[in-house]
Parts: sequence; structure tokens; C-alpha cells
Amino acid sequence: MIGIVSYLVFFLTVVLIFGIACLGLNLQWGFTGVFNAGVVAFYAIGAYTHAIITAPPHPLLIANLGLPWPVGVLGAMAAAALAALIVGIATVRLRGDYLAIATFGIAVTVQLITLNWQSLTGGSLGFTSIPRPFAGYFDGQLSYNIFFLGLVAAATVLVYWGLERVVRSPWGRVLRAIREDEVAAVALGKDARLFRLQAFVLGSVIIGLAGALHASFIGFVSPFDFLPILTFQIWTMLIVGGSGNNRGALLGALIVWGLWSGSGVLVSKVLPPEFQTQGAAAQSILIGLLLVVMLVFKPRGLIGEEPVVSRHVG
Amino acid sequence: MIGQAIADGILTGAIIALGAIGISLSLQILRFANFGHGDILTLGAYSALTFTAIATAGVPIGPVSFGWQFLVAMLIAALVAGSAAILIDAIVYNRLRSRNAHRLTMIFASFGVALVLRNLVLLIWGPDVHYYSRELQIAVEILPNVRVMPDQIVVLGLTFAVVIFFYLVLRLTRIGMAMRAMAESPTLAGICGVEIRKMIRIAWFIAGSLAAMAGVFLGLTVQLRPEMGFNLLLAVFAAAILGGSGSLFGAVIGGLLVGLAENLSVLVVPAGYKTAMPFLLLMLVLYIRPHGLFGTPEKH
Repeated sequence: MIGIVSYLVFFLTVVLIFGIACLGLNLQWGFTGVFNAGVVAFYAIGAYTHAIITAPPHPLLIANLGLPWPVGVLGAMAAAALAALIVGIATVRLRGDYLAIATFGIAVTVQLITLNWQSLTGGSLGFTSIPRPFAGYFDGQLSYNIFFLGLVAAATVLVYWGLERVVRSPWGRVLRAIREDEVAAVALGKDARLFRLQAFVLGSVIIGLAGALHASFIGFVSPFDFLPILTFQIWTMLIVGGSGNNRGALLGALIVWGLWSGSGVLVSKVLPPEFQTQGAAAQSILIGLLLVVMLVFKPRGLIGEEPVVSRHVG
Repeated sequence: MIGQAIADGILTGAIIALGAIGISLSLQILRFANFGHGDILTLGAYSALTFTAIATAGVPIGPVSFGWQFLVAMLIAALVAGSAAILIDAIVYNRLRSRNAHRLTMIFASFGVALVLRNLVLLIWGPDVHYYSRELQIAVEILPNVRVMPDQIVVLGLTFAVVIFFYLVLRLTRIGMAMRAMAESPTLAGICGVEIRKMIRIAWFIAGSLAAMAGVFLGLTVQLRPEMGFNLLLAVFAAAILGGSGSLFGAVIGGLLVGLAENLSVLVVPAGYKTAMPFLLLMLVLYIRPHGLFGTPEKH
């Protein structure tokens, strides 16, 4: 019983962390139509920045500042913002394909940095002992995990509430106007590039926050925790749930992560050890197929965007 | 040192260029950035592997590591990858196109296709590294302190032959003319009697088969791995954009520049960052000259 409860707590925490990243992507893609093919880059930037800021000093690593948890979270968000700004300024004026390629490029580059800049990132081993916030107040693993679930849930609610406010504000309406018809939005005097850049940066900040939560939950970071498959997973979550709908983003995170970890359990239980690689490949094929099938047959997702009609009508 | 880096750069660049032509085609005629291109390349390389596993790579001709069977394997790979590209279009992209899906939705779908293809390769051929041939080769010194493998010289020659052949097709045949018309404006081309569906299939076939050749050459000069194409994707995109999308020779020059940048970078930065060079080059181009070296600015 305890086993099931602790697994469920762990599972839900991961779902919510991915859910937050998915909310960030939804602001970029769902509401603004800005393509981000490098979700994992901003997630990894968040995780590593948080780790570097909060982890205790280490003789082999140059940074490791050992600063308090909130500083780590804010620093992670700032670093993600900076990275998004650099890529965004170069690409928002170009057609969407180029942003896709450039963000894909930053994902590759960030992975290389995490692997190669040993004195900062610990190289391929990564580093451990990232402090878990308020861990001193809890004696058991399970009670702490329940507390952390609460913490992540609070962050999710905050992000969700904030985004709901934001997308319903005049600013959010401009984003959707740009997504639907950029020329018309520009004709009405809106600086489409600036709005796209803002949405891209804000979305990346939220993804960076998710990365910071990931690092402090798991307690260690390594390049192999942030593989390109993560980008696909988060996208599939958004497409399955319904892009343009924040509840859809969270629902998608639950369903896709459920499928992913469910099939993972199945693979590890059913297949003999020598076929584990093939099992993992089958899991990835499942994600890819799910993404394509949804795009072809149900592009709106499970709960698509709500039709918005002015309250002055009728 | 620098001479060797330049020689290596040109050889890598030629392979990147073959991939970049396909990307350039999809940007111009299929009108989206196809992220599945790299994995079509992998599929091509592995289909040649299956053929050489059955028929062997042949008795080595002269100093190279393969015989005529290998050239057959290359053609089979081009056929398989080209057909796979047409099939994927019929299953996925055509449906999206007929729904007038957004160009970015197509990119999304291409990522899904890439994931499926890459893992199918992993499932069928396994995660291990493969080689076409175990024949030993002796590097020849073409210039003082510059050594290349005989295979690499053959690859370079074949690449340029393919590029020139393709250039002539594009310039001299009716298909080539129809394609150039479609790149300008699909609607106008359709009105003038160009069969849009057929042209799209031909474009996919060309992109797929060129990618397959790039894959075979990469497999021959380096090795075969399930992620080989995906890892090359960024370099290929950088080359296509650097050259200016839609320009065939632009793609070739772009490929060579990216290959040179990767290999020359090793002289100044740690080798681990080599694969980030295309990205830096790409960002540089996007800041300074977003339509590429040989492209024309896009009209709105």
C-alpha cells in the first residue's frame, strides 16, 4: 500500500513538473504560434542553473554557490530568459521554420555544453547533492515527497492561474491575433515581432522553472536526463491535450506521462534484459505515432481551444 | 594540421551538401522544414547495409574498400529511401496538406515521423555500430602531411557527379522546369498545367534518394549508427540556410563551408564542441544575411 502511495506521489510530481513545461510551450505554440523545437534546452538550462546556484561548493567545479533554494529558482528562470532572448532576437523576424531550426540548434548546443564544460557542469557524470528545499523539516522520504508534491502543485496552480489571466488580457488577445493573422495584427498597429519575442521568452522562463523543479526534486543533474526525446514528450503532451488550452496542456501531461511510464513498466517486466533497448525504441515509436496520429486525425487535441466570442455579442 | 583539417572539411562538407540539397528542396517545393530528413538518411544507409550483408561489399577494386556490389547497394538505398519518403508523404503530409494545415504543423509532424523512423532503425538493426566493409585501407598522402582514404576520394567524386547530374536535370528537363515553377508559386504553376501532386512526389523522391546517398557515404567513411542522420540534421539545415534555400549550388557551398567550419574549429576549441559549429554559423547568418549567401530575400 505504502509502495503504491509513494509511487503515485512520485508519478504526480513528475506529471506536474512536465505539466508546467507544457504550459510554457502552450503559451509559445498554443497561443502565439511560435515554434520551439528546443524545449529540452530551456528545461536543461533551468535545471543546471538551479543546480549550480544551490549545490554546495565542490573542489572540482568552479561555480556551485550553495545559495538558498529561491535564489536557484529565480536564477534558473533568468538564465532561461536570457537564452530565449538571444535566440529570439535573431529569429523572430524570420519565418517560423527558422525559429524551429534555431531552437533545435540551441538544444544540440546546450547538450554539448553540459557534456563538455566539465568544470561548470560536471561533464558526462553531472553532479549530485543538489539540496532539496526544506528537507530538514521532514524525517521520512514519503512525507517529504508529499510535501514536495504540494510545492510543485502550488507552483502549477500559480503558473496556470497567471497564464489564464495573461491570455485573457489584452496582451493575450494580441498573441492570438498574431497567430491567426499576423498581417491583420500588424495593420492594427501591433508590433508582431515584439509580442512574439515576449511570448517566446515568457514561455521559456516557465520551461526553465520546470527544469529547476526537476533538479531540486531528483537531486542530481546529468546530460542524460535531458535528451532530445524530452522535447517530443512535452510536445506530444500539448498536442494530445489540446494546444491553446491550458487545462489541455495539464491533461496531456497526465495522459502522455501515464502512457510513457506505463509502457516503460511493461517493457521492463515483460521483455528479457537483452531486449531492453528494443523496448525503449518501441516506447519512442509510440510517442512519435501518437504525435502524428493526433495531428492527422484530431488536430484540436482532447480538449481543444475554447471558441472565444466577445461578451458584447448577443 | 590546417591542411588536414581543410581536406577533412571538404569531405564532410560534400556529404552535408548532399543532405542540404534535399532540405533546400523541401523548403522550396514542399514548403516546410523537414526534420525527418536526417532519419531518411539513416534509413538509406541501413538499407544499403542489408544489401551488403547479403551480397557483401564486393571484392575491393584497387585501393578502395568495396567492389561494384557496393554501388548497387547505393542505388538500392536511394530507391528505398526515395520510396519511403513518398510513402510517408502519402500517409502523413498529404493528409495535412489537403486540410490546409499550417506549415508549422507539418514541422511538428515531421518530428514525429523522425522519431518513429529513428527508432524503427534501432528496432530492426539494433543499437550497435556497423560498417559496410572490414577491409583495411591505406591512407594516401595527397599533399605534404595531408592524408586521405581512397574511399573518401571516391565519395567526393561521386558527390560532385550526383550534384552535376541533378543540376542538369533541374536546368534542362521539363520536370526541372516544372519544379522551378513550383518553387516560385505553386498556384501559378498549377494553372499553367503543372501536375502539383506528381511534382511533390518527385521532389520527395529526389530529396530522399540524395539523403540516402549522403547516408551511404557517411556510413562508408565513418560508421553506421541509428542516430547518424539525426546528429547530422543541424549541419544540413545550417548548410541549406547558409547557401540560401532554393539555390542548388548555394546548398553545395553551404555544405562545404559548414564542413570546413566544423573541422577547422578543432584547431581552436575543444573537439567536443565541433558539432555546435553549424549552429554558430547558422545564428551568424540569421543575424547578418537571413536569406543566405546565394538566396534572394523573401517577398511578403
